Order: sequence, then C-alpha cells, then structure tokens
Amino acid sequence: MAGHGHVAHSPKRHTGLMDWLTTVDHKKIGILYLVAGGFFFLLGGLEAILIRIQLMYPDSHIFIGATFNELTTMHGTTMIFLAAMPVIFALMNAVVPLQIGARDVAFPFLNALGFWFFFMGGLLLNTSWFLGGAPDAGWTAYAPLSSAFSGRGVDFYVLGLQIAGIGTWLGGINFLVTIINMRAPGLTFMRLPMFTWTAFITSVLVLFAFPAITVSLVLLMFDRLFGANFFDASAGGNEVIWEHLFWIFGHPEVYILILPAFGILSEVLPTFSKKRLFGYSAMVFSTVLIGFLGFMVWAHHMFTVGLGPVANAIFGIATMLIAIPTGIKIFNWLFTMWGGQIRFTTAMLYSVGFLPTFVIGGMTGVMLAVPTADYQYHDSYFVVAHFHYVIVGGMVLGLFSGLYYWWPKMFGRMLNETLGKWNFWTFFIGFHLTFFPQHFLGLLGMPRRVFTFQEGMGLDSMNFISSIGAFLMGVGFIIFVWNVIVTNSKKQDAPADPWDARTLEWTIPSPAPEYNFAQTPLVRGLDALWTEKMAGNKKMTPAEPLGEIHMPSASILPFLMSVGLFIAGYGFIYHMYVLVGIGAVITFGCMFARSFKDDPGWHVPLDEIERTEKEARA
Amino acid sequence: MSTEVSTNLPPHPEKATLEGKNKVLGFWLFLGGEVILFGSLFATFIALRSSFGSGPASQELFSLPLTAVATFILLTSSLTSVLGIQAMHRNDLSGVLKWFGITVLFGVAFLGLEIYEFFEYVHEGHTMSSGAFGSAFYTLVGFHGAHVLGGVCWITGLIAKLPKKGLNVVTAPKIYVASLYWHFIDLVWVFIFTVVYLMGKVG
Repeated sequence: MAGHGHVAHSPKRHTGLMDWLTTVDHKKIGILYLVAGGFFFLLGGLEAILIRIQLMYPDSHIFIGATFNELTTMHGTTMIFLAAMPVIFALMNAVVPLQIGARDVAFPFLNALGFWFFFMGGLLLNTSWFLGGAPDAGWTAYAPLSSAFSGRGVDFYVLGLQIAGIGTWLGGINFLVTIINMRAPGLTFMRLPMFTWTAFITSVLVLFAFPAITVSLVLLMFDRLFGANFFDASAGGNEVIWEHLFWIFGHPEVYILILPAFGILSEVLPTFSKKRLFGYSAMVFSTVLIGFLGFMVWAHHMFTVGLGPVANAIFGIATMLIAIPTGIKIFNWLFTMWGGQIRFTTAMLYSVGFLPTFVIGGMTGVMLAVPTADYQYHDSYFVVAHFHYVIVGGMVLGLFSGLYYWWPKMFGRMLNETLGKWNFWTFFIGFHLTFFPQHFLGLLGMPRRVFTFQEGMGLDSMNFISSIGAFLMGVGFIIFVWNVIVTNSKKQDAPADPWDARTLEWTIPSPAPEYNFAQTPLVRGLDALWTEKMAGNKKMTPAEPLGEIHMPSASILPFLMSVGLFIAGYGFIYHMYVLVGIGAVITFGCMFARSFKDDPGWHVPLDEIERTEKEARA
Repeated sequence: MSTEVSTNLPPHPEKATLEGKNKVLGFWLFLGGEVILFGSLFATFIALRSSFGSGPASQELFSLPLTAVATFILLTSSLTSVLGIQAMHRNDLSGVLKWFGITVLFGVAFLGLEIYEFFEYVHEGHTMSSGAFGSAFYTLVGFHGAHVLGGVCWITGLIAKLPKKGLNVVTAPKIYVASLYWHFIDLVWVFIFTVVYLMGKVG
C-alpha cells in the first residue's frame, strides 16, 4: 500500500489496520475501493471461468441446474455492483480532487461511509455462498421468479445490494458537491479535465438512478419478507413494475459505468499523443447528452414484454440517438491521435484497444435497438456478446488504462511496462476470443442462462473457443496481479509527472501528500499544467501563501455504522428482529454521535509541509 | 475553514463557511434523489391503486376529515419551521428553540394521527397483504411516515444540544438543512393527500 513517509505527529493519526478502518483521506479511500473492487473482480472472474468450464463441451455435467443459475447470477451481480462500481469510485477518489486542485472531497466522512456501506453490502451478499446458497434469479432478479419462486439467496441479494447501493449513492452526492464547490481558482467548468467531467455526469446519474433500485429492492423485500403483493398477480400485483423500476435504474447504470472510461480515454489519448484533446467542448456536451439520453431508453430492455409498437418504436429511436454523441466521441479520439507523437505505453495500448472494441459493442447495440430484430436476438448469446463488448471491451479496458496511467500518482511506483504489455495482449486477445464467437452462437439460437447445449448443433467449436478465451483473460488478469505485487516491492521512486502530462494531478509529488496541494494552484487555461509548460513555467502559480492546512479527523464511526447495517441485514434475512434492532441501534447511535460531537479537525503544521515538499522534490 | 465560534452571526450563517455551503448544496442534491425515490413509490402506487384484493375499496376506507386535520397540522409545522429559520437569521436562540419545538410537536401529532389511522385500517381488513393496493398504500404512506419520524428525532436532537452550543456557523447549516428536509416532507404529503386520499375517494 502507499505508505506515507510521515512520522506520527498528532494523536489524531492512526497507523496500521486502524489507519485503514478510520481514514477519511480520499486517496486512501480510493485505495480501499481498488482493493475491495479487485477482490470482487477476482470472485466474479472465477465465477465466469466456472461458467465457461461448464459450457466448454456439449452436455457437460459439472455445474448444472441451480448451481449454474447461482454462478450466472452472482457473476453478473458481482461484476456490476461490486467490481465495476468500486474500481470507478477508486479512480474518482484518487484523481478527481487532485484534478480540481482540492485538498479533499466535500464530505470526507461521508466518503468513508460510502465505501464501508458498499463493502459490507458486498460481503453480506457473498456470504450467501456459505449460508444455504447464493441468489439464483439472475442479476436482474425478475419477479415473480425472484419474489415467489426463489430461496433465501435472493434475500441476500436484496439486503446486500440495498446496503451497497446506499453507499454508492452517498458517494455520488459527495463527488457532485466536490466538483461544484471545491474547484481551484480559475478552474471554470469549461476548463475541467474530461475525467472530472465524466465523474460529474456519472455522479448525476448515480444520484438520480440509484433511488429507483432502492425502491425496487424495497418492494421485493416487502413481498418476500412481509407478505406484500406488489408482484403477485393473483392479488392484483404487477410484475412488470419490477422490470420498469429495475431498468430505470439499470440503464443509467451502464452509462454510470462507461462514462468514466470515456473520461480516462480523454486523458490518456492526449497525453500519449502529445496533443490537446480534439473537440473539448463537443466532448463535454456529448457526455452531458449521453447522460441525459441514458434516462430515456430503459424500455429497450423490455421490447418483448409487450408494451406495444408505439412504446417500442419511441424507445428504439431514443436508443439509436445515443449513437450520435458516442460517435462524436469516437471521432474526436481518433482526431486527437491524428498527427500526434504517439507513445504506446500500456495505458495507451488499453485506450487504443478500447476504440475498435467499443465500436463493435456500440454497433451491436444499434442492432439490438431495432425492436423487430430484437425479438430474434432477445435472451440469446448475441445479447451476452453485446454487453460484454461494451462493458469489458469498453469499461474494463478503460479502467485498466486508467490504472496504468494513474498508478504512480496513487502509489508512487510505476507499474512494470513489460508485464503491462503481456497483461494487455493476453487480456485483449482473450477477450475477443471469448466474446466474438458468442455473437454467432446467439444468432444460431443458443439461449443465455441455459447450462448446456447438445452436440452436433453447430455450437461445439465456438463454445470451446470461447472457453479458451476466458482462460486467456484469466491469465491476463493474473499477470496484472503479478505486476502489482512486483511493483509493490520496489521503492517509491515515481516522479511527479512521469508521462509528461497535462493536468493538475501531475503538478504534485507521487504519491500525493496527505494535504494534496501545499498551496492551492491558480488555473490559467484548459490543461492547467500544459498551459504552464507552454508558458515556460516550471510549476503552477500558487493562489495562496504557504500556511497551515486544515484537515478532517479520522473516525471509526463510518465503519461501525456499516457494521450495524450488516448485522441488521442478517436480522432481516433470518427474520431475527432482535438483530435488526441491535444493528439499528449501532447505526443510528453512531449517526447521533456524529451529529452531536462536532469535528474541529486538525492542522498540518507549516514545518511538516515544508519538510514533506522538500523530501518529495529531492 | 475555521470553526471558531462567534457571537456575531454573519447575514447567512448557513452558507458563511465552505463546509456550510457544501452541506446545503449536498442536501439539495439529497432531496433531488429523494424526489426519484418518492416518484418511484408514487408510480407504483398509481399502478396498483385499484387492486383492492380482499381488502376494502379506497372509497369506503378513507375518511377525509381525519386526513384533512393531519394535512393542516403538517402544513402548519412547515410554517413554524420557517419562523424558526427567521429567528435564526435574527440570532434569536430562544426563538429558534420555540419554533422548532412547536414544529416537532406538530410532527408528533401528525404521527399520532397516522398511527391511529393505520390501526383503524387494519381493523377494517386493509393490510399489507390484503391486496396490491394495501401493499402500495402502506409502503408509500409508511415511507413518508418514517421520514416524518426521522425528522422529529433529528430536529429534537438538534434543539436539545442547541442551548449548549449556541447559534454559530457550525450549528446554523445543521438547522437550515433540517428545515429544508421538513419542507420536503411537507411537499411529499401534499402529493400523498392528492394522489392517495383525494383520488382514492373519487375513483
């Protein structure tokens, strides 16, 4: 981990495990998100490989029936909610405050709370494997399958996602306020780095999308635990309500995932092409437009439900419209590279690899947006191929790019480039081997979520290739983990600006000191650091004199509050309302303690700032 | 960013510090998310409001005089919380305590009526399980009631500590966002009164 070189100075500072449990520092919370997200990514990846082992040969009997349903359900749920979201939040935490020249986020305490809620929710969900079986109603948990015909696993799904979702939602509010209120002097909205812009729009989507899943999970919970009839048609309920609410959340969710990847590309491509981003304003407005349209298309997941031709046509056209701002982005990235001095670092490889892959995923997306055609593709492997092309081929490649790019800023060490290239090529080739054949498997009629297929139907060889590809992706990820381990054993010697980059985070030492900026910088143009470089300045112009820096105090309360919800979650699942009471007392008790005892924070003394800055520049 | 306590309050003490500004903006965003939360509950209710199942129909169930009194109480409590904020802007601690104290009492009275109402309904066979209408009714109105309960506990906690802490740039944003929350609860109730009770009575 990124140990800071400070000596313990104030009694407010903890060390070791206690430091990680109590930290409110956005950089450390970013690392916590990354470690937790990486752990869940490993779990979700393992589940994927087990699925591919079962589907490697026709008529296998390794993971069949309920076990296979549990694997697909947990693979989807884990990857979306517990792996993708936290790694995005890891990068947002690590990068956004630095890109806007802030000392911290707007609500450091809330930031920690968001992480611990997410983590405890994910843990709760995954303990279902050991407590009578994981949820098996699909990651979309359609009612009435989930409400009336599934075992206790779905209770874990409901409570786990509810707790994790609240955490994510709090994180969204935190980033919105941070970006609106805490930008450095001169950093107007139209000078914001693109990654921060996408973090901003993603947070807007989090804010307005997550309450919809909160409600859908509440309805499902009430149906399952308290005898409500929301999804029971015999009592006047309506199971389509679940589908609407789930996708009113679920579709913005996929833009929540992909927009930060767009932002990462918009940072990496200009840096390694040594050119400013082509069409910055168009990039900003297309991001906003994608975010807006993302709320207008949820029913394209429900074309075959029977909403009628008018609704299907409207949602189909709205879906196709999204291709326009996305196309603008693709062309702007290509024009950014055009004529640039391109350096193919691992980060750049991942970004460049993103482009054709994501275009394929986008193209199948437009194909799926045609309602009449969708009746053919529906619930087949074509859909599986499509969303893995946009989520893995898009978001995951983007996140890897961002990790290689910002790793030195997060940890003070450069990831190994040779291992990085092995990591990229194995993962990239493995990805296409896995998912490209699945388009054709789908067109040949292979349904998703079915645990086997018969021999001699023309599905054998493509399923085999797909499984080989999955193993290769696994190898790629292991190489990444190995790279992290190797890198972690080296000394922290990354320079402040290893890539000759353009934005504010590269003006401060790697890793960033606890207070980020000794002096708040003055921003004088788009690409703040590059502006100064072009003006021949060695460093940023400070906007304030050097002085003591006020910091928020560490606190164990966020951890305890999430433990309270964790306990209450089990209480609901097992109908042990004493546990619910105990959990509620812990959580609300901590809330009141937090509300009544004001945190005056503490100050980093001037001599310590001067010493830290001198050591970092040495 | 300092947290010194001064006896002279600045003109808008709730937004006088960056922390205060952050808190107020963050709270507005929180309420934005709450709008989606209640919007989803309303949409669900509207879809299921005629599915009475084995329970009584809404036309025979609801008693408008009772809900009218509850509405009057809650709307008045919004007014008293505004008077509390005005007292805060005048740096009048006892005024803040008085008006927010009255707000809390109104909130408790509202909750009392709601609990009484729910008891009556259960006796008449209108329960969570009597039909989809029952499920949607108790979830929507209950969510609102839980919000009122949360607000009552929150504001009670705030004014309990206020005599010791006094009015300053740390406590002012807390009082201000609590009053925003209270207005929001009130606004949601206006929609509940219209969509659940009035529409339930006519058809």
